Amino acid sequence: MKQFNQEWNQDHAPVPGGEPEIIAFCCDYCANSAAALAGSKRMQYPAGVRIIPTPCTGKIEMEHILDAFEKGIDGVLVVGCLEGGCHFVEGNLRARRRTDRVCEVLDEIGLGAARLKMVNLSDSMASEFVQNLEEMLATARALGPNPLKSSKQNESAGNL
Amino acid sequence: MIVASPKSITELKSIIAGHKKVLFVGCGTCVTVCLAGGEREVSISSYAVRMARKLDRNPIEITQITIERQCENEFIKDLAEPASHVEAIVSFGCGAGVQAIAERFPEKPVYAGLNTQFLGVLEEQAIWTEKCMGCGSCMLAQFGGICPVTRCAKRLLNGPCGGSLESRCEVDSDRPCAWQLIYARLKAIGQLERLEEIVPPKDWSTAWYCGARKVIRKEHQV
Repeated sequence: MKQFNQEWNQDHAPVPGGEPEIIAFCCDYCANSAAALAGSKRMQYPAGVRIIPTPCTGKIEMEHILDAFEKGIDGVLVVGCLEGGCHFVEGNLRARRRTDRVCEVLDEIGLGAARLKMVNLSDSMASEFVQNLEEMLATARALGPNPLKSSKQNESAGNL
Repeated sequence: MIVASPKSITELKSIIAGHKKVLFVGCGTCVTVCLAGGEREVSISSYAVRMARKLDRNPIEITQITIERQCENEFIKDLAEPASHVEAIVSFGCGAGVQAIAERFPEKPVYAGLNTQFLGVLEEQAIWTEKCMGCGSCMLAQFGGICPVTRCAKRLLNGPCGGSLESRCEVDSDRPCAWQLIYARLKAIGQLERLEEIVPPKDWSTAWYCGARKVIRKEHQV
């Protein structure tokens, strides 16, 4: 959580144009490499996406995701290795169960499970990585800004 | 250990609906091990309730603390300072923990954040089963270490009911027949002759049915 807060504080700046803010928790063994490959290929992905590298998606706790939503993030994407391909054997499967549980909580409190999604990719799937980010962005746009975003954040994002 | 399960966020939210400043207290013993009321679970519930209340435009301030054991005054005293700043306390301990805290803070509302279930064991990751009902006079020696009082749906003490199917209980096919287990266990340890003994009716006066019980061990009193 401490590391997440550090990353967040370093990177966090209002996204221009009122675009949704998306956090992508990316496994170092796949998604992070896919993101790097997307960069090498000069592929564009939305400016409102912030990538947080993790050693494995199994390292992501439910609190990390809930904390992001409480801070006003509009959508969270968890990107892990393909099923059966986790470097730590079953970290991505555990992450799937945890994201499913967080989705239930988000539905229960009324924020909506659609704001959270987990996908499985390999390190060579740069275009799928970008496509998933764009889909997440489109979902967040359709849902509107996270109502938990502070009024100050909303103003700077142009949502009020 | 005591096994518990978390209350739903909706129920938790309604329990503390009237309060603006609440202390969520986790317990570092049984309910931490059964992943219901430890530091992490308290944190997740805090996030969820805080967000839910903010969405309802009725924000709440939640303080979190997890103590080693909620069922001992020695540890509960660590709550004195944080409890002085809040309107109410939600205990994520077992029923004993909730009541111990309530006794210690008679002027504060104390609510249960968990549903306490049973005395059980961890079968595999995240699966717990009931093994003991705390009847107060243990008969495990007679039954090869498998308790028919807890694990037989009919609490039979003198052999199976005859309704089991392929070693599964006729009341709930997810459950193994306790008497099948007792037979296999006694056979494995060479004590099948125990099945010949007639077990007299159980003395239930030591069980909960006669009211809340008390244990006094004079040799350890100070």
